[in-house]
Amino acid sequence: MLKALQIEPAKCTGCLQCELACSWENEQVFNPSKSRIKVFTFHDEGRFVPYTCTQCTEAWCMQTCPVDAIVINETTGAKEVIEEVCVGCKVCTIACPFGTINYNSSSGKVIKCDLCGGEPECAKACPTDAITYVDADHTGLARMRAHAAGGD
Amino acid sequence: MRQGVIEMAWTKKILRINLTEGTCQAEPLNMEWAGQYLGQRGLATKYLVEEVDPKCNPLGPENKLIMTTGPLTGTPASTAGRYSVVTKSPLTGALACSNSGGFIGNEIKNAGWDMIIFEGRSPIPVYLYLENEHAELVPAEDLWGKSVWETDELLHARYQDPLLRVACVGKSAEEGCLFACIVNDMHRAAGRSGVGTVMASKNLKAVAVRGTLGVGNLKDPRRFMQVVAEAKKVLADNPVTGQGLPTYGTQVLMNVINESGALPTRNMREVQFEGAEQVSGEAMHEPRKSDGRPNLTTNTACFGCTIACGRISTIDQNHFSVVNKPEYWINSGGVEYEAAWALGPDTGTADLDALTYCNFVCNEQGMDPITLGSTIAAAMELYQEGAITKEDTGGLELKFGDAEVLCKLVDLTGRGEGFGRDIGLGSQRLCEKYGRPELSMTVKKQEFPAYDPRGIQGMGLAYATSNRGACHLRGYTVASEIMGIPEKTDPLVTEGKAALVKAFQDATAAVDSAGICVFSTFAWTMEDIAPQVDAACEGDWSVEKMLETGERIWNMERKFNLEAGLTGADDTLPKRLLKEAAKTGPAKGMVVKLDEMLPEYYELRGWTADGVPTEETLSRLGL
Repeated sequence: MLKALQIEPAKCTGCLQCELACSWENEQVFNPSKSRIKVFTFHDEGRFVPYTCTQCTEAWCMQTCPVDAIVINETTGAKEVIEEVCVGCKVCTIACPFGTINYNSSSGKVIKCDLCGGEPECAKACPTDAITYVDADHTGLARMRAHAAGGD
Repeated sequence: MRQGVIEMAWTKKILRINLTEGTCQAEPLNMEWAGQYLGQRGLATKYLVEEVDPKCNPLGPENKLIMTTGPLTGTPASTAGRYSVVTKSPLTGALACSNSGGFIGNEIKNAGWDMIIFEGRSPIPVYLYLENEHAELVPAEDLWGKSVWETDELLHARYQDPLLRVACVGKSAEEGCLFACIVNDMHRAAGRSGVGTVMASKNLKAVAVRGTLGVGNLKDPRRFMQVVAEAKKVLADNPVTGQGLPTYGTQVLMNVINESGALPTRNMREVQFEGAEQVSGEAMHEPRKSDGRPNLTTNTACFGCTIACGRISTIDQNHFSVVNKPEYWINSGGVEYEAAWALGPDTGTADLDALTYCNFVCNEQGMDPITLGSTIAAAMELYQEGAITKEDTGGLELKFGDAEVLCKLVDLTGRGEGFGRDIGLGSQRLCEKYGRPELSMTVKKQEFPAYDPRGIQGMGLAYATSNRGACHLRGYTVASEIMGIPEKTDPLVTEGKAALVKAFQDATAAVDSAGICVFSTFAWTMEDIAPQVDAACEGDWSVEKMLETGERIWNMERKFNLEAGLTGADDTLPKRLLKEAAKTGPAKGMVVKLDEMLPEYYELRGWTADGVPTEETLSRLGL
């Protein structure tokens, strides 16, 4: 079964454990600035919103890469950057409408969410289940259930 | 792990800023001291006692101000995003060490620094801009006079960087209010003892930080991740840290403490407040009659915290405090228990919107709400007693329970105007000025927090002996006496309390020094904390070593205070708590029996009958 990250901002407290887990998994350092997932704080509204790559089927980043450095992981469906192939041209960062693929000045390559090979660390680290890893065909299931429970 | 390198989860670098000369220099962290004092509170205090004359003028250039992180700050150890500000206090004349959450601690660590030491005094207002190894003092004449919120906004706009983290002082600090805080991330604060006043005295308006270097350098990363995950589960499974605090915040205590007969009311004349329920954590969830919204919008976390006890609140837009003031129609930091108590029950005010407004202003102008509320309560009693009159207050009638007067006084103090300048003195100096020093509810000139020690005897001893004046965060025996953590003791007896207070004080000093939040200890014992420190830091950080480190820190702080001129005679409480019995509740008829606890406490500490650490004690602790 293909799975996907499901993000429910209303549950997020803004603790950044997801950013710590992501940077540790990918960079072996605790460094929010190198995280593939970011939590945005909207102070005046009292809202915290985690945001990362949704793994588009027709991924703009993948389509636009001139050296085919972005490939599909057939098991997870993630669009992954092959570091050895990436030339750091950043065209993908322009192509992505969501801003979820970014240049990493320390490596000279781009970085994006790769679903940690099927075990996303952000979801494991989230203390409030604001980030979960669920059936990709039913990311709306929890909301459907909530509405179903409230209806007659 | 790199060969031959001491792994301490430290960056091993200190940034030293000489404000007089305008220089910023890196220096290595003293790793021998790190092994003895761990970090944050302990290690920064070690630097301060080595570098600052205990007798110095706290607001003179000879005082220093240290912003410090802990070894676990910036790691995913839950609640470990704390930072502290260590300096000599202008309010108490003793050591000040004020702890704050939010995100700035991690940012300083991520920028590659364990500690920033500010010394001297800048000839002109400046702020520090810190981006990893790049440190720069920037003229801040345009920021001087601005509030915390305005300063935060202006700096974010200037650098066009939403991820910039800012800690700064507001107008109150510039105007000499003796309990000004340093506010970071808009509504977290290094709150007590006037650390913001010291910062402003150095002409330092703000510290703006962006760190992108990361935190690593752990002794045993694999074990660290494992023990951190286990410890997080302990927090999640505990009813206080897993349910009570996220749902109600520290405000979960308002009704509990009121029922225990330990809620100081109207300047501690009474121990129960008839309006407690209206300003409680539960009340923050109730929809308002006017707009149907509850006071509380959501809970929020500090960096890396899996408890998330922070409150994000709104004020009713029709409330008198914010009519025609849209800048307050936003979500921001809501009241936590100590603030709600000081502004509420202690002033006799049961208006949740008014308390939230006052809390917003405390964040906006950088004031400690505990000292502010308690000082207003003292002023109200002075007024009732006729010691101050309308002529002194600019026409205000300072009546207990008058929410409009409360809000006006908070406004005036925030801006350093009118009678607000008197409030800015703190209650001890205020009550002395008007000839009634006994009406100040303070220890070592610092105001009490929200637990009446007549109903929680251990807290009486904890307050009397706290190294920064009356304080709940130096030995929170409320946990044991009221909540039964780690085990229940009777709040109304004095037997065993000397040992309990010492144990809490030593453990808390070690917890603070790791960079962890003391609220974690509602669920964690040192058995949960020591393994996290041990996996991160070189050396054997056993439970025993952590507690010994805590005891060393406590005695070092004590030694500084004694050298600053305090004595055992200052380990006391206001006459009201020692002579006037509680009028209602479970503690009815009781006073604080300090004399039954203090001598035993001194003995357990290895101090003389005058409260001075013996040579033997100092040498046992390597002091």
